[in-house]
Amino acid sequence: MAGKTLYDKLWDAHVVRCDDDGTCLIYIDRHLVHEVTSPQAFEGLRLAGRKPWRIDSVLATPDHNVPTTGQSAGVEGIADPIARIQVATLEQNVREFGITFFPMNDVRQGIVHVVGPEEGATLPGMTVVCGDSHTSTHGAFGALAHGIGTSEVEHVLATQCLVQKKMKNMLVSVDGQVGPSVTAKDIVLAIIGRIGTAGGTGHAIEFGGEAIRALSVEGRMTVCNMAIEAGARAGMVAVDEKTIDYFQGRPYAPKGELWDQAVAAWRELVSDADASFDTVVRIDAASIQPQVTWGTSPEMVVGISDTVPDPAREPDEVKADGMRRALEYMGLDANMAITDIPVDIVFIGSCTNSRIEDLREAAVVAKGRKVAATVKQALVVPGSGLVKKQAEQEGLDKIFIEAGFEWREPGCSMCLAMNADRLEPGERCASTSNRNFEGRQGQGGRTHLVSPSMAAAAAIKGHFTDVRELK
Amino acid sequence: MEKFEKMTAIVAPLDRSNVDTDAIIPKQFLKSIQRSGFGPNAFDEWRYLDHGEPGMDNSQRQVNPDFVLNQPRYQGANILLTRKNFGCGSSREHAPWALLDYGFKVIIAPSYADIFFNNCFKNGILPIVLDEAKVEQLFKEVVASEGYQLSVDLTAQVITTPSGEAMAFEVDAFRKHCLLNGLDDIGLTLQHVDAIKAYEARRKAEAPWLFN
Ligand code: SF4
Repeated sequence: MAGKTLYDKLWDAHVVRCDDDGTCLIYIDRHLVHEVTSPQAFEGLRLAGRKPWRIDSVLATPDHNVPTTGQSAGVEGIADPIARIQVATLEQNVREFGITFFPMNDVRQGIVHVVGPEEGATLPGMTVVCGDSHTSTHGAFGALAHGIGTSEVEHVLATQCLVQKKMKNMLVSVDGQVGPSVTAKDIVLAIIGRIGTAGGTGHAIEFGGEAIRALSVEGRMTVCNMAIEAGARAGMVAVDEKTIDYFQGRPYAPKGELWDQAVAAWRELVSDADASFDTVVRIDAASIQPQVTWGTSPEMVVGISDTVPDPAREPDEVKADGMRRALEYMGLDANMAITDIPVDIVFIGSCTNSRIEDLREAAVVAKGRKVAATVKQALVVPGSGLVKKQAEQEGLDKIFIEAGFEWREPGCSMCLAMNADRLEPGERCASTSNRNFEGRQGQGGRTHLVSPSMAAAAAIKGHFTDVRELK
Repeated sequence: MEKFEKMTAIVAPLDRSNVDTDAIIPKQFLKSIQRSGFGPNAFDEWRYLDHGEPGMDNSQRQVNPDFVLNQPRYQGANILLTRKNFGCGSSREHAPWALLDYGFKVIIAPSYADIFFNNCFKNGILPIVLDEAKVEQLFKEVVASEGYQLSVDLTAQVITTPSGEAMAFEVDAFRKHCLLNGLDDIGLTLQHVDAIKAYEARRKAEAPWLFN
């Protein structure tokens, strides 16, 4: 019999039952909750008189709506009344149902995908869900992590299960080594550029190969975070010693004898050598240069030394049309050099790139330099209160502030601009987030996705620049 | 959830691929704690010329006459025809809520993003997959004749064009069953309480650290 992929193993370990047509109930080990996609689910439970199946599996924190200044004032300090109601509703719901909760002024609060692993609340081998598509992030530890909709949030709360059919297996192997200053973000953008935003649809993607193994677990989180941008609901990386070391001593991780037992099981969380994948994509790591998106979809991406693509050279008419529309929205001309594109705003943050290593990477570039006078605002938003604290202990906040960046409090912030941090129409942003859709960072705003060091370099120069030339 | 069996309705053509959930319902409307009322803000940034915020009186806003859904001939459309990878982006169920509230009960496209596709079924929307050539043909027909209607029959899994051409489509048997009967997933799953409990007992013995 052929071996199993990592996804096969995770799937098999969680099947509760299946119908003949392959529709299965999958057991969920960890359910993360935030304020935006949960109110209607809790309301649904209440209306049906149902109780959460296993409250100890649920962990909640507000992130999308929270302001990134003055958080110590708590919910009452949220200026936007509608956002305040939403965060307050989450607080009422967790209280009513007895769910573990990190409120706004708790040092453990932050973006749910940063908080879960940081607390050891998401672990290898788990099934993890959250009403948020970037739940794929948690796959970085050899977990099966899905983003779900609100009906499914309610379903998991009520039954601890998700109704699913098994997806196909896809391996994206990034072979060889990346060059200097090429980061996890560049790797994943290059993957999306290659396979497209629908390339992984219907698949669970395992990221493998030497370049993925060489990444830190935080880098692997960046890669898995954007699996959804390649169309895959779940992305994952096999467990290795780095994964295991990461969880040592985390608050919710097992201790003592249970730890040893868990570690033994975690070591099995790799694809067998003879496992077969439905789709295999190989990418040569050495060919990846620092990436910059130029359009309104993450697949519209090129290397920093490239030019903006020309729709006139695209044979597929529908695609060329999309490119023209994107160029118009982005206010760019075909064939211009990426390094000639000026930026107004720089955003370093989001569940893609707001962990301590991301901040360190940006700080290396910012250190001893100044944000260009033409840049209106440069924000650094740590992913959680604990990341913020750690960064401050390392003096990163001072480096950023001295360079002219604003040092903010944790949350999703300008990644989706549900709080006050947003682009004005026409403003152009170098952003470390994951989506460059029209209006994502504010109506009419123009987003270019980059790595933290590339964002910092753009802030310093006032336009996109090859970070390798800065160092 | 409302049942869906069949309908004959006007088709609105949204000729774009990769329409994302931020476009279907911009984030400022996600602050609502309700499930309904999103219809007037579906495609807000394309539909109106001004910037929309929750609580605005949408009837007073300036509409974008160029946006397809604002054209008089597509008023009252209940079927949305669009291009590939529709609904990509976030998991927000506000996207299907907004489409449904607007009046769309059927979507036809060559492909969808997974989470969105799934969310449609949970809300009584039927997302139909047709190959690119058929979708292209429908686009041509819709644009060519005002008042163009399609008939969609879920039981028979067939779309019928005004000229009588039948186009068959696939749909997952379980999802079809739920949609035809307006069934609530949770109720169905709770019929398997014993299986869930048995799984938990077994798993607790195998991997006790997951139950701490
Ligand atoms: S940081 Fe952005 S992508 Fe991540 S959870 Fe928040 S809004 Fe979503």
